[in-house]
Parts: sequence; C-alpha cells; structure tokens
Amino acid sequence: MTVEIKTAHIEPLRLTFDHLEARIGKGRAATRYQEAVHDMQMTTNFHYRPTWEPGMDLFDPRRTAVVLADFDQLIDPRQYYYAPYTIQRARQQENNDANFGLVEKRDLLASLAPEWAQKIRRLIVPLRHLEWGANTNNTFLSAYGYGAPFTSAALMQAMDRLGVAQYITRLALALDGQNAEVLDRGKQLWLADPVWQPMRHLVEDSMVLKDWFELHVVQNLLLDGHLAPFAWTHFDAAIAAHGGVGFTLVTQFMRDWYAESTRWVDATVKVAVSESPANQALINGWVGQWLPRVRAAVAPVLAVAFEEHADAIAQQLADELAGRLTRLGLVGEV
Amino acid sequence: MRDKVFIAFQQNEESRPIIEAILQDNPLAVANEQPAMVKIDAPGRLVVRRVTIEEKLGRAFDLQSIHINLISLAGNIDETEDEFILAWHGA
Repeated sequence: MTVEIKTAHIEPLRLTFDHLEARIGKGRAATRYQEAVHDMQMTTNFHYRPTWEPGMDLFDPRRTAVVLADFDQLIDPRQYYYAPYTIQRARQQENNDANFGLVEKRDLLASLAPEWAQKIRRLIVPLRHLEWGANTNNTFLSAYGYGAPFTSAALMQAMDRLGVAQYITRLALALDGQNAEVLDRGKQLWLADPVWQPMRHLVEDSMVLKDWFELHVVQNLLLDGHLAPFAWTHFDAAIAAHGGVGFTLVTQFMRDWYAESTRWVDATVKVAVSESPANQALINGWVGQWLPRVRAAVAPVLAVAFEEHADAIAQQLADELAGRLTRLGLVGEV
Repeated sequence: MRDKVFIAFQQNEESRPIIEAILQDNPLAVANEQPAMVKIDAPGRLVVRRVTIEEKLGRAFDLQSIHINLISLAGNIDETEDEFILAWHGA
C-alpha cells in the first residue's frame, strides 16, 4: 500500500491587521516590527485633561513644535521591538562581559601609564552622571513624545544609556581594584571640577526642556555627536598608545551602540526635516542655538584629554558632525 | 532540470528579510510559498547577499545564520562572508 501525503495550501483571507493594510497596501504581509509599533499611539477618547498641563491632551502631538502629518513616520531603521532588541543586547552583554573578565583576570588596566589612568578617572568616570542625564532625557522622550515608533525606540535608547553608565562604573572599579571611592571622587569632579561645569550646566538645562523633539536634537544628535566619538573613539585611540588595550576591550559595546543608535537618530531627524521647510527652519534654529553651547562644554574636556592636540580633535569632531547635519538637510556650520 | 537551483527556508519572521533580499537580488528567482516553507527556484544561479539582507533587516547580519532557517537547497555552494552563491559547477 502506498501512502500519499497531500499538502493543502490554504490562502489566508487576511495577512495582517486593517490599520497596517492601510499603510502597506492590501495583500502584503506586515513585518513584526510594523505590527509592534504602528498605530499603537493612543489618539482619542481622552476624557480628562492632565491637571499638570490643562492646555494639552494626555497624549498630544502639540508637545513639540515639529509638525508631522503622521508621527508614525519616525520609524527606527534597526526595526527594534522587544525580541530583536533584547536578543541583540544580550549577545553584546555576553561579549562585553567576557572582555571584562579577560581585563580583570589579566589585570590589563594595570599596564596603563599613570597619567592616562588619571585621565580615565577625571574624564571618563564622571561620564556616568552624563549618561544618567541621557537616560533621564530619553525617558522624557518616551513619556512625552508622540507615536509608538518613536517613543518605543527612545525607551530603548534610555535603557542603553543606563547600560553604558554601568559599564563605566565597572571600568572604574576594575581600574581601582574594586574600590568604590573612585566613584565618589568621580561625582565630586562632576559637581566641582571646572572642566565639567559647562557640561553639567548644559545637561541640567537640557533636563528642563519641554519640547521633546528639541530635546532629542540636543541630547541624541548634538551632545552625543560630540561626546560619544570623543570618549569611545578619540580618547580610546589616544589611550591605546599608552597601554590602554584594556580600555578598548571594555568599551567595545559603546562603539557598537553609538554606530547603531546614530542610524536611529539620523533617520528620525531626517524625516522631520524633510517633511516641511517650517520643520527644517525650526530644527536648524535649535541646532544654531545649542551647537555653540555643546562645543563650549566639550572644549575644556578635550583640552585636558588631548592637550596640544585638542584643537585638531575638536575640529575633527566638528567636521564629522557637520557632515552628518548636512546629510540630514540641516546647516552643518553655524 | 540540472540547470535549476533552489533554496528553501522555513516561513517565519527571521527568514522574511532573507527571502526579500534574495528576490530583490535575483530577478529571475521565483518564490514558491508552501505551508510553513518558502522555496525559491532560480535558473542556473542564485545569490544571497549579506548587504541586501542587512538593508532589509536594518542591522548587521552574519550570513552563516541563514542556516538556522534553511530547510534544503540544490546546487553547488560557493560561500564567503558577503555572499552565498548557489550554482551548478561544471554544468
């Protein structure tokens, strides 16, 4: 007897939800990312105005001066939703953890030239507080922003910043034989060292911004656009010449994260800029207003880090960012 | 049908960008959707490109991970970090 196995192919009547069909067209399957983020923003039936801001609805697109016909256009090119984000970060954590293990076991930070170990204590350890500021700011974006594609990505960005702060803490502890005093001294530097005061002033000012898109531009585009390349690329390259291989190993996550999050930041800003000349002018205005302050705040840090090379590095950072701003349709030079 | 190559993947979210990339890079390839499986036939040669998958996926992709959802294939394989090429050698 022969058994014949037959397969019956059943055409599904619908491939996705109606609200996604309206976006991507009928007869096309939506990706998980699209299903996860699109049209998740609550838009209607807000019975009460918030007592803390009676002029607005609970979720209100008017919380930013940027006008978009559809805030769901602010999609994340990485297409992160819960599963891919956590899987990716877990993998990176495993790598970085192994790197930390190697550095601690072989005491790779001990080979650092003393003045560069001191530079880590003075210039990198206080970044914990700056990263916490970035965490707070991105949480604000997530809470007061509009459109789930943006707010969900902002929350992931906030979590990433907490992760970076933790890696800096761990680096500081590894540097000083697990003695937590290095962290207290880092906080004192953040609060009192003249090198950090313009930066602290800037971060504290950014924390009280009300317009979430402006905060996105200030924190994720301008401030990170200077500080992340400074700390994780240029400082790293300079320290490598002074026995800093351990530093390079334990900061690998930061470089990967920055390269990746830059794509999200650029994609979102680009959508807003290209929507209308009004948006472009508005965002250009923010860049013009904040960029000089960011530069002024970064300058003293660069001066301590790179001494006579500080100006050249500052120019390099400015050029890199200018190139990015031009690609986004913004004025690169102010 | 020695001139025809094919590659078949499980039908799931992970293989979606791979399939989209293959269909984009190989205009002559035809996707044959079956229950829980997508079989892609192509005359002579079929290339899977890492960059195209990364474009669809929006992040870095290790070409070796196509094997997680790979069911079957026909053809001689020529693979590098950037490309996975199916063709009949010496045909």
